[in-house]
Amino acid sequence: MTLIQETDYGTPASKAEATVTLTVDGFEVTVPEGTSIMRAAVEAGIEIPKLCATDMLEAFGSCRLCLVEIDGRNGTPSSCTTPVAEGLVVRTQTERLKKLRRGVMELYISDHPLDCLTCAANGDCELQDQAGIVGLRAVRYGYDGDNHVFPKTRDGAENFKYMAKDESNPYFAYDPSKCIVCSRCVRACEEVQGTFALTIEGRGFGSRVSAGMHESFLQSDCVSCGACVQACPTGTLMEKSVYEIGTPDRSVVTTCAYCGVGCNFKAEMRGDELVRMVPYKDGKANRGHSCVKGRFAFGYAAHPDRILNPMVRDKVTDPWREVSWDEAFAYVAERFTAIQAEHGIASVGGITSSRCTNEETYLVQKLIRQGFRNNNVDTCARVCHSPTGYGLGQTYGTSAGTQDFDSVEHTDVAIVIGANPTDGHPVFASRLKRRLRQGARLIVVDPRRTDIVRSPHIEADYHLPLTPGTNVAVVTALAHVIVMEGLYDEAFIRERCDWDEFQDYVDFVSDLRHSPEALESVTGVDADVIRGAARLYATGGNGAIYYGLGVTEHSQGSTTVMAIANLAMLTGNIGRPGVGVNPLRGQNNVQGACDMGSFPHELPGYRHVSGEEVRDVYEEIWGVPISSEPGLRIPNMLDAAVEGTFKGIYIQGEDILQSDPNTHHVQAGLAAMDCVVVHDLFLNETANYAHVFLPGSTFLEKDGTFTNAERRINRVREVIKPRNGLADWEVTQRLAQAMGLDWDYSHPSEIMDEISRTTPTFTGVSYALLDEAGSVQWPCNEKAPLGTPVMHIDAFVRGKGRFIRTEYVATDERTGPRFPLLLTTGRILSQYNVGAQTRRTANVIWHERDILEIHPHDAEQRGIEEGDLVTLTSRAGETTLQAQITDRVSPGVVYTTFHHPDTQANVITTDFSDWATNCPEYKVTAVQVARATRRSEWQEEYTEHAELSRRIADREPIHGD
Amino acid sequence: MADEQADSETARRATAIAEEHLHFEGPLLPILHAVQHELGCVPEDAIRAIAKVLNLGRAEVHGTMTFYPDYRSEPGGAHTLKLCRAEACQSMGADAVADAARAALGIDFHETTSDGALTLEPVYCLGLCACAPAAMLDHEVHGRVTAESVVALAEGASA
Repeated sequence: MTLIQETDYGTPASKAEATVTLTVDGFEVTVPEGTSIMRAAVEAGIEIPKLCATDMLEAFGSCRLCLVEIDGRNGTPSSCTTPVAEGLVVRTQTERLKKLRRGVMELYISDHPLDCLTCAANGDCELQDQAGIVGLRAVRYGYDGDNHVFPKTRDGAENFKYMAKDESNPYFAYDPSKCIVCSRCVRACEEVQGTFALTIEGRGFGSRVSAGMHESFLQSDCVSCGACVQACPTGTLMEKSVYEIGTPDRSVVTTCAYCGVGCNFKAEMRGDELVRMVPYKDGKANRGHSCVKGRFAFGYAAHPDRILNPMVRDKVTDPWREVSWDEAFAYVAERFTAIQAEHGIASVGGITSSRCTNEETYLVQKLIRQGFRNNNVDTCARVCHSPTGYGLGQTYGTSAGTQDFDSVEHTDVAIVIGANPTDGHPVFASRLKRRLRQGARLIVVDPRRTDIVRSPHIEADYHLPLTPGTNVAVVTALAHVIVMEGLYDEAFIRERCDWDEFQDYVDFVSDLRHSPEALESVTGVDADVIRGAARLYATGGNGAIYYGLGVTEHSQGSTTVMAIANLAMLTGNIGRPGVGVNPLRGQNNVQGACDMGSFPHELPGYRHVSGEEVRDVYEEIWGVPISSEPGLRIPNMLDAAVEGTFKGIYIQGEDILQSDPNTHHVQAGLAAMDCVVVHDLFLNETANYAHVFLPGSTFLEKDGTFTNAERRINRVREVIKPRNGLADWEVTQRLAQAMGLDWDYSHPSEIMDEISRTTPTFTGVSYALLDEAGSVQWPCNEKAPLGTPVMHIDAFVRGKGRFIRTEYVATDERTGPRFPLLLTTGRILSQYNVGAQTRRTANVIWHERDILEIHPHDAEQRGIEEGDLVTLTSRAGETTLQAQITDRVSPGVVYTTFHHPDTQANVITTDFSDWATNCPEYKVTAVQVARATRRSEWQEEYTEHAELSRRIADREPIHGD
Repeated sequence: MADEQADSETARRATAIAEEHLHFEGPLLPILHAVQHELGCVPEDAIRAIAKVLNLGRAEVHGTMTFYPDYRSEPGGAHTLKLCRAEACQSMGADAVADAARAALGIDFHETTSDGALTLEPVYCLGLCACAPAAMLDHEVHGRVTAESVVALAEGASA
């Protein structure tokens, strides 16, 4: 095992098709037109010295180290900024160049500390490397003159040019004394991340890198994505973990376990200590970029709150008792068997985890179907993207996004609906923003003015700030404009879609009740804005739709997904790069969990349990009959528990108490069960109602695969051994064995082999292929041996695309005199989902509690001022939190996040859900807000109960989650 | 990561000025000029406001502003005396002139006298090399200055 050193070509690859041939130091090399001489030289195996160039950034030409000589041309041009031309004869190493480079390097080093041995970048410093490469042997200038290196001058006076180290960011330090002002950090912040938080202030010798207006990194606009740290060629911007530990000596390529973007990282290790996570340039989802969570927020894996031993208790009011694994498995097997004997086969079930690997998810549903002998399996996608599965399945025939992320590079008009990519999917947001800065146009449909609507160098052409709950009305109005103004793509529709259904759809959508003008009073969106947006999308070139939970988590979530699918078909925006319908999936493996048969009605590969052929496949290898009746969904399991017919549940890696709607109902359901088994990293909120706790392993501690929002199957690799002793798939396997099943997997690759053997869209997938190709996008089978980046190219998966009527039906959750405001929920960049992981990292510095955003008008009416504690009340419950007054939200709308259990936004949300899939209506709740003097009674009781529930016999108390 | 703009009077003025200049092709420098002209300097609130109007990062506006030594982040004195420090003037004794001016005024370069009357700034070439050493008081250039004449010039302005 060694440290992976990725080749740095110095400048980005050219996308030109034509090639030119030149010679570098006598070696002939052929490269695409537009390639820099520097990159061509690397292709020829010759590395030209460089400092300001790196292939993640456009050429800049400031360091003057990469000079070359070209026969027939004057001077010594910089090779990074000089493009190749046919027949050029380039020399990279002449007496003249050697002298120039040494002179330049001497000047750099004359204003740089000579503390290499004690520098955090020792051994990982391009300045050090280049000094060696150019043969620097002495610095004639000394350090008595002006410098940025020492706090004091020789005569003891203060050196005003010196700037102290900035350690305000929890994860990296900025030491200006080591800076060579190459601008790589500034350019990375601009070109790669797109935040524009850094600049070079001053000029000449006084030039310094500055965050914001000479602020600390923490005070500035910095989002801590780490791109600058990665770009820095010296020890100026450096991970604090490297200061503390030292440089790593081996790397393992793996996949981030936070959001559905699925970034590939190099986990850089020393021994079994994780030094840092560095984004992997070959990662096809992230292309070498990262966000604060994946890059830095991995400390939870070593957090003292992690539970490492199995625990059981007879009653949830008892303290936990630590037991051996065998004892825990035997206990569960016995309880579940007894429950089924007494209450019937359907009285137990389980929930698979979208945080775990495909292999682990597959095993959990297999345990339920083969061991529990029922279909009572569900997953957290129930509460997020189940409408995507349903809606896209109905219209296109497949339950997933149509594109890869690279597709955005070809997009001309992007529509972002109900998604907040800069916070929720930051690496994708950076890729979208880069395209927008190149001139692509943007339409945002969101009740809030999110950062993607307007932030440095990007601005939406149209923002549709709709009333929460009116997505169907808005999207149908867009379609109405496209149809009535004849902007639809008739050729595409005739060729690819069912023409009769289209006619029917036209009849429906042409009705004037769908016109933007007629719907203005419902949606709250200016009709002209809707018309403008519709025309732009229909006529602006490649149109791509990206959407998130703001679409699905509604009573009409599935209808909106179908309306979106209609829109793309109407305009012919399907089946090529740059277009498509792209759900931004929330969790790292929520796509995979859905693919792996986690739903009560579907076996792996989205095949309904009523299909005899499918059941035959699994009955044969599992050796048990499979019920043709769908099992219970999560809300049905909870209902059945309250009714007394559902008694036992195995929950892997999901905190339903915090993440599912109507917390009181979830509490009641869990409390009514006889055996709740929670398999997780921490004593989460659900574990307060558990009888058995099986410690889980983090993504760093196991092998497997995650499938991201682009259907990309990415490898997860074991970086360290499981701290709890067993990887999650081993826990499920041992539990199955304790229940008498004859499982005998020795490695997750064998589980994947079973998946590919039984699932038509996965038949080509194997660990061998993944290791070779890096990743593949399903379908991956004999028709597409290397996977499918873009779907529905020549025909829809279901054959003809199907237009479906999308009637707007207002939600039953209405505002009224008691609850006059609409609450909508979302998330924030630094925190992730229920926060179990990110709250256990230094990320809390950015967001230590949930905040309620309220418009100044609504705040004034209620006498609420910035920072006041307020009560948030709905028909379902109440909680208290701090108010922030902002015009990001419209009057009548309030907004909060659900990252912190002591707020429990889901105490407020109701039982209303999507008509087709039961996906909860998180995004719309009628509420009232008032000033509060103390936390709600419920919060006090809850805190007390949580502390009691977390007691472990003979141990110090564990502090609140 | 979040930044709410302070709603100060400075910010309101800077916003208005920035909006008036939006029709320029590259509006940032004219805006900085206009803000400094009206407010006497370009304070941080103004930078935030300009960044917001132009949809730039405030770092970028700060970077541009600090590149040009004539933009100030704090107000200067009522008058500004610039002493040329470039090669031709140095060779004609500009250093001694500068020392005399600093001693007489009791301030260093970039500083303002305690009564707020005069700010002393270095300048690198006034284009008056033939008459070195050169100085400039507000918008008026003075050639062949001496320690005495420049001190008199400064004291005259301060009076």
